This record gives sequence, C-alpha cells and structure tokens, in this order.
Amino acid sequence: MSTANSNSTVKLSDLPKAQPFALTETERHEIEHELGHYPDGRAASIGALKIVQQHRGWVPDEAIAPIAEMIGISAAELEGVATFYSLIYRRPVGRHVIKVCDSISCFLTGYEEIKTSLEKNLGIGMGQTTTDNRFTLLPICCLGACDKGPTMMIDDDLHGDLTPQGISTLLEKYA
Amino acid sequence: MSLEQDLLVKPLTARVNLAQPQDLKAYEASGGYVALRTAVKDLKPQEVQSKVKEANLRGRGGAGFPTGVKWSLVPMGPDSGAKYVVCNADEMEPGTFKDRLLMEGAPHQLVEAMIVTAFAVGACTGYIFLRGEYVVAAERLNKALAEARAAGLLGKNILGSGWDYDCFVHTGAGRYICGEETALINSLEGRRANPRAKPPFPQISGLWGRPTVVNNVESLCNVPAILVNGSEWFRGLSQGKSKDGGTKLYGVSGRAKRTGVYELPIGTSAREILEDHGGGMKDGYKLKCWLPGGASTDFLMPEHLDLAMDFDTIGQAGSRMGTGLLTVVDDKQNMVSVVRNLEEFFARESCGWCTPCRDGLPWSVKILMALERGQGRAEDIAQLERLTRYLGPGRTFCAHAPGAMEPLQSALKFFRSEFEAGVAKTPTEAGVAKTPVAA
Repeated sequence: MSTANSNSTVKLSDLPKAQPFALTETERHEIEHELGHYPDGRAASIGALKIVQQHRGWVPDEAIAPIAEMIGISAAELEGVATFYSLIYRRPVGRHVIKVCDSISCFLTGYEEIKTSLEKNLGIGMGQTTTDNRFTLLPICCLGACDKGPTMMIDDDLHGDLTPQGISTLLEKYA
Repeated sequence: MSLEQDLLVKPLTARVNLAQPQDLKAYEASGGYVALRTAVKDLKPQEVQSKVKEANLRGRGGAGFPTGVKWSLVPMGPDSGAKYVVCNADEMEPGTFKDRLLMEGAPHQLVEAMIVTAFAVGACTGYIFLRGEYVVAAERLNKALAEARAAGLLGKNILGSGWDYDCFVHTGAGRYICGEETALINSLEGRRANPRAKPPFPQISGLWGRPTVVNNVESLCNVPAILVNGSEWFRGLSQGKSKDGGTKLYGVSGRAKRTGVYELPIGTSAREILEDHGGGMKDGYKLKCWLPGGASTDFLMPEHLDLAMDFDTIGQAGSRMGTGLLTVVDDKQNMVSVVRNLEEFFARESCGWCTPCRDGLPWSVKILMALERGQGRAEDIAQLERLTRYLGPGRTFCAHAPGAMEPLQSALKFFRSEFEAGVAKTPTEAGVAKTPVAA
C-alpha cells in the first residue's frame, strides 16, 4: 500500500464517537412484553420503535442497534422499517405534536384556512418545530372523523369542527 | 325500541355507546358471546363458514368480496397447522369513519367476532391491526380482550372446548398503504409495508407464510349476529333493496347538514342517505358531485343519487361503492383543486415499490398544480388521460395507483372544462417558451 493511500485512510478512532446509548429497564421490559405477542421477534419492530419514541419523544439513530439486537434482526433492517413509517419520528419533535388532517373531507370543509391559522399562530410551516420546542406541526392523512371536519390531533387528543378563529384558544391548552 | 328489538334491525350499531361502551357483563346481558358459545359447543368450523356464506355478507372494507367464500379457501383439517385471523382496522381511506365507531362504541362485538372467525377457520392467533392514531379504540379493545381472557372466552381451552386461541391489538405507525391486505401482512411482520404479489393469496400463504384471513372491522362485526339470528334473517336485513345481505354503515361528510354514520339496509339509495339521513346540503351549497366510498372511487353526479348503494349497482354506474361513506363536493369547489388534493394524498402515501405509482402520481400532482394556477400546457389534459391508463389496473403492483386514478378519470369525464380552464392562454403564462409548430 502506498504512503499516499495510508494517509487518506480514515481511522476508526478518528470518527466522531457515537453518543453512549442504552435502553432503559422500562423500555426493555415493555419491548419484551411486546415480543411475547408474536412467534417471530421481527413483528415487534414497530411496537419497539414506538415504545422508545413514547419515552424519548423520538427515535435517535443510536437507538436502532440496541432495539434491533433485542428483536433479533440487523440494524440495517430495522433502519429500513424506522424510516418507512411516518409516525416514527427520526428527528426531535416538540413537546406536543399537531397532526392536521389534509385529506378530502377536511379539505372540503376548510383545511386550508386551518393550516394558515396554525402556521400564523405558531410561526412555523408544516414539518417544523417552534423555537421553544412546544409544538411540531405535521400533516396527516384522514383521521377517520370526517363528519367533524376540519379535524386535527394534538398528541392523543382528537379535535373536530375546527375554526380558524378557535385555533389560538385551543393551542393555549397545551403548555 | 328495546335493545333486543334494535339488535334485530341494526345489529352493528344498536350496542354502540361512545361515552361508555358495554363492559363484558353488559355485553353478555344483551346477548353477547352467545354466538361464540353456540359455535364452540354446537357447530363445526365449516358450519360457521357455511352460515356466513349463506348470509351473502360481502366484505365491507371496500372490495366487496364475499366473506364466507374468503374463509372457505383456508385449508382445514387436523394437519393444517398454524393459521391466523387478522382484522384490518387500519381505517385510513379518506372520507371513511365507520370502523372507529364500531371499535370505540362496541369493542366486545369485534372481540367476539375475532374469536368466532378464528373458530371458523381454525386459527391459533388473531391480530387486530389498528392504526396508531386510534388511541381510544386501542385502549377499549385491549380492555375488552383482557376481560374476555379473564372470563375464559379467550386464551387456553376456550369455554372448556380444548381449543386455544389468543388475540392481540397491533398498532401501526402511519402509512395508508398498510390497509392493502398484503402490505398489512408485511407491516404486521415488522417489515416495510410494501404489497406482496398475489397469488398466493393470504388464505393460503399469509402471515409468516401461513394461511391467514384478513377481514375489515365492519365485515367481522356482522358475524356474531349471523350465528345468533341466522343467515336468512341477515339476508332479509337488506329489505329487498339489494341481493347482498345485511345492513351497511353509510355516512356523509363534506358540506352536508347532518354529517355522520347511519346503519341502514344495504342497497339504500344515495339520495336517502344524503337527504333523509344527512339532512341534505348545507344552506347556500349545492351538490356538485360525490364520491360513493372513499378517495379511491370514481366521482358520481347528482343524477346518480337514486342508485342503490351496493357493490353491483354502483359498479355498473362506473364507480365503486368502496367503503360506502359518501363524500359530497359542493358547488363552491373547483374540481382541479379537489382532484389535486386527492392525488397529493395518493402520491404521498405511495410505498414507492413500483415505478408507475412512485413516479406517476407525483407527475399527476405537478400537472394538476400547474392547471390550478392557470399555468397548464395544452397537452396536459391528454397527459393526465394517459396517466389514468398507465397507472390503471394491471399496470402496477397493487391497487393503490389504479385507485388513485378513479377520481381523476371521472373528474376529467364530468368536468373537463374546469381542467381546460387551467391551460395558459399564452406561452408566457405557462412559464415555457414554445417553439412554433408548422401547421
């Protein structure tokens, strides 16, 4: 091997160190419970990712390998799953996640005005988080509450019959 | 009307109580788990299958495949090994809000249905594949499953019969494509929700390669009542309005006066659903067109309102009944914008597995956006028409893109002038310099 080549070789020790990461006892316990529902551990992939997300707000890159190990699949395979599903967050989100339905029934009953009102009230666009980390704004497909359109969810709460004027009062409830 | 009488007319929703759903005791007091007891004690699995087949119950998830026939394709017998029942509770079809009602309002009904169905096909485990956003439904179903397990209705040696079966709620993490049954199976196995090639059909090789039946929530919830009251009673529920059996959860959303879900005889006319139950359009709005059952169905016009809402009739009119919940489009809407909204949804939700769907749907959105801004090109409409063919049935891996083309092709058929109005009058407007073409 030439000197030039060995000079350009990146040494493992030069790479930035990954943040130390370990699943908590609670997370491990909950994932174990989830694994018990299936004859094949892989089926607990999404459940396990959701457990970690529930505790940490999102799924950091460092969490993938330890989860994959518990489930018995490769980290690459779990990464493929974790990046496919829209409700697995791979970036930090705010304390409250707003999911605004943009599907047809809500579109017909005033989604655009609700979206504008939310963006104005929060000072952010779709896919963004407020600077105080209070809210993340995301679009979501049909929430199955079309009779109450326009609708959205804030965390686990469903809100229907929204009006652009009512948005600021509604947001006040989420500190 | 007493609950007992009500259950004979509206078997699906008579028990629904969203504020406080029946617990095990109340459900049993109203005739719950009688179907399971009857099946386990007096019937053979094939007899349960026959009763459902004779009831003319067609799948309520959108495709309308006869439920009993679906079950009859599952290999039976002592050597048939591990088999699974999966409930498709991934309700995500835009404009559809019926399964939520059944799961939040009467969770034991679905739990009993999951056990009876498992008995009918000899399954060892069941999964309710529930979309992650339905948190209330998840909580209530888990509670109902725990109650059933504690009472010996679920788990080992069910009702002393020697049959073991357990059932779990599996919650998803988004993506509309999970509602496609083979994508759902991949998702349930912990994979990306790409659809699988058919055949083999899930009844032969589904979850973990084993025979699996996948049924929609509403289809399943009919099963216990069929066993208790009989196939003939169930066929009669349609009151001669359709040759299909049963009631159907219909509904209306959009700018109508009394939007909601209503349980009516299958085959009830769209006019009765919209005008009598939905209260008609809101004051100041007129009906422009309507989707019979979700985003992936062809638009129908006001003159189609007198059609019976069943699979065959709506199919003959050039659309599909789909999930049976009407989305009404009012006269203040521009059809290019409406279709752009629909196609944006389908483009975003494509799993990306096959090229026509992954690339064709965003292409349609791009064209529709240009037309919406009045910057369309003369050839855009012909291009949209080509896309409806290139993304149509047989050209893609699953039904996602063909479904997406249904509202587009029908909007082009009925409202062509609105699309033409989006074509730029001058090349500058279209944002492109055009080379003059010799005549």
